[in-house]
Amino acid sequence: MKVPELSKADQDRIAQAGIDLAMGNRCGSYLQMDQDIVQAECSQQGIEVLSFKKAMEKYDGMKEYTWKAVSPDKDDITRYVAAQKEPKGYVIIAHKGSNNILPIQACLYLGREQIQHVHNIIVAEEGAELHIISGCTSGAHVGKGGAHYGISEFFVKKDAKISFTMIHNWSENIEVYPRSASIVDDNGVFLSNYVCMQPVKKIQMYPTATLRGINTVARFSSVVISTPGSYMDLGSRAILEGKGASAELITRAITKGGTIISRGHINGKTAGTRGHLECKGLILNDGIIYAIPEIEGSVVGTELSHEAAVGKLARDEIEYLMSRGLDEDEATATIIRGFLDVKIAGLPEALQRQIDASIDVAEKAGF
Amino acid sequence: MLHIEDLHVKVGDKEVLHDINLNIGEGETHVLLGPNGSGKTTLLMTIMGFTNYSITEGKILFKGEDVTTMKAHERAKRGIGMLFQRPPTISGLKLGKMLTAISKSKEENIPELARLVHMDKFLERDINKGFSGGEIKRSEVLQLMIQNPDFVMLDEPESGVDLENISLIGTAIGSLLEKEKHLIKRKKSGLVITHTGYILDYLDADKGHVMCEGEIKCHGNPREILKDIKQRGYKECLECRHP
Repeated sequence: MKVPELSKADQDRIAQAGIDLAMGNRCGSYLQMDQDIVQAECSQQGIEVLSFKKAMEKYDGMKEYTWKAVSPDKDDITRYVAAQKEPKGYVIIAHKGSNNILPIQACLYLGREQIQHVHNIIVAEEGAELHIISGCTSGAHVGKGGAHYGISEFFVKKDAKISFTMIHNWSENIEVYPRSASIVDDNGVFLSNYVCMQPVKKIQMYPTATLRGINTVARFSSVVISTPGSYMDLGSRAILEGKGASAELITRAITKGGTIISRGHINGKTAGTRGHLECKGLILNDGIIYAIPEIEGSVVGTELSHEAAVGKLARDEIEYLMSRGLDEDEATATIIRGFLDVKIAGLPEALQRQIDASIDVAEKAGF
Repeated sequence: MLHIEDLHVKVGDKEVLHDINLNIGEGETHVLLGPNGSGKTTLLMTIMGFTNYSITEGKILFKGEDVTTMKAHERAKRGIGMLFQRPPTISGLKLGKMLTAISKSKEENIPELARLVHMDKFLERDINKGFSGGEIKRSEVLQLMIQNPDFVMLDEPESGVDLENISLIGTAIGSLLEKEKHLIKRKKSGLVITHTGYILDYLDADKGHVMCEGEIKCHGNPREILKDIKQRGYKECLECRHP
């Protein structure tokens, strides 16, 4: 199916979500517009990008993976997606030992008033390394609004690595309910990065990584700005089951008048596990940042920590930059830009640049 | 270059500077001495335009222009710069990013300048986070090298700095103040707060002032004043009411 004609405004919105329709610096692409799958391809040897339907046909129902990380009975969202007769979404499989230097992009575009539903399965087989950028956006003129229900199940096999960078660029009338979970086997690494700099009506998500293998690693980072009218209930959870498992959950949250609930939970179930949770919030205009960091240890030998801070921009920092010749707006923007600058260890440069670029857009618009 | 007239400054409800008068000519470097808490840093912060320091009386003229009510960045643009004794730590903001922001359109070779003050390995570090005393001062000097102000205020540039770094910092500051140029050609001016006087080996200060209890008590040859203070302390300055 051909990519439909898009207005310049919509093309820009897709680009701001980190998606390159010209496929520059991308090795594969999945594009779903509303419920139509318009692109599912990958040029990288050893990696497949398939529609959910095609993957089910090719791999006999993907029995090993389907609804194995996320329970179909988890809540109304999962039940809704599980009940679909024609499930949509993508399946990406990085076969044993494969590696993509250029990331695969997955674009979920909501163009009409409706519920867009997807069920995605992402697998990195033994020794594989898979990098994905997922851009989720809505058309510039989605009338009364819409909703996105997204199930994503990740499987990081032995010695494998997945990085998943999700950039949201919705609008103030869209509700978004991702339901994601990952299962990580021995020596596996799972990196999840989330960026949302634009308005959204409501988003609720709490992705979970179960580190069941030995010496596994999970790193979650979230960088979000909440504008007036946006309600963002965000969290991430790591369950440390394998000996030597470690997790780091980092959030930078700014409210300009919206609400951010920043949850986090690390559960250390085995000796020799480590976890750290960090949430820093800035209140630029009256709004709500409600940080709920939870650490739970149940054995001797798990080491968990958390830090959370919510505050305002420090006057002495602003004036320090002003004394170097920056005006107040420039100084403020420079400090906020630094606050949001989270570098993710192990993330390819191209993806880090994409994250930086989407924060740059917000900076240019004046945070 | 800088002319301060009958300046009174409040911090909160308390007046901390009383009737300050000071004149610093083009090419001159002055030294400000005084015990801890006497108001030296307050004077520098007031000249820089920090909003915590409110001017209740008097005025500040810079290059003939009244800058009394100007914001800090407007003063910086006119050529006032400051080396801070304890600059804030800014989490997430990399030194290199800040230097780029300061340099704006100027075509400065930031890595090359950073190498001169041994800060090239700090460009990707958060500003002042975990920096030692010497590193903070070298970072400050580097920022000033890019800012290139005509009037440089230095708040204890040698505090917390080991002897080896004093030489490096002193030489760099000397260069900022065009000390290598002949007196007649020198355009840059400075105002230095020092307790030890070590920095004066690199600056050849022209005049000294002693500040006590928020007032400038006397003026004179900086080395003589410093020698005097080292021998007798500030006790006599506090008692002296006749500058």
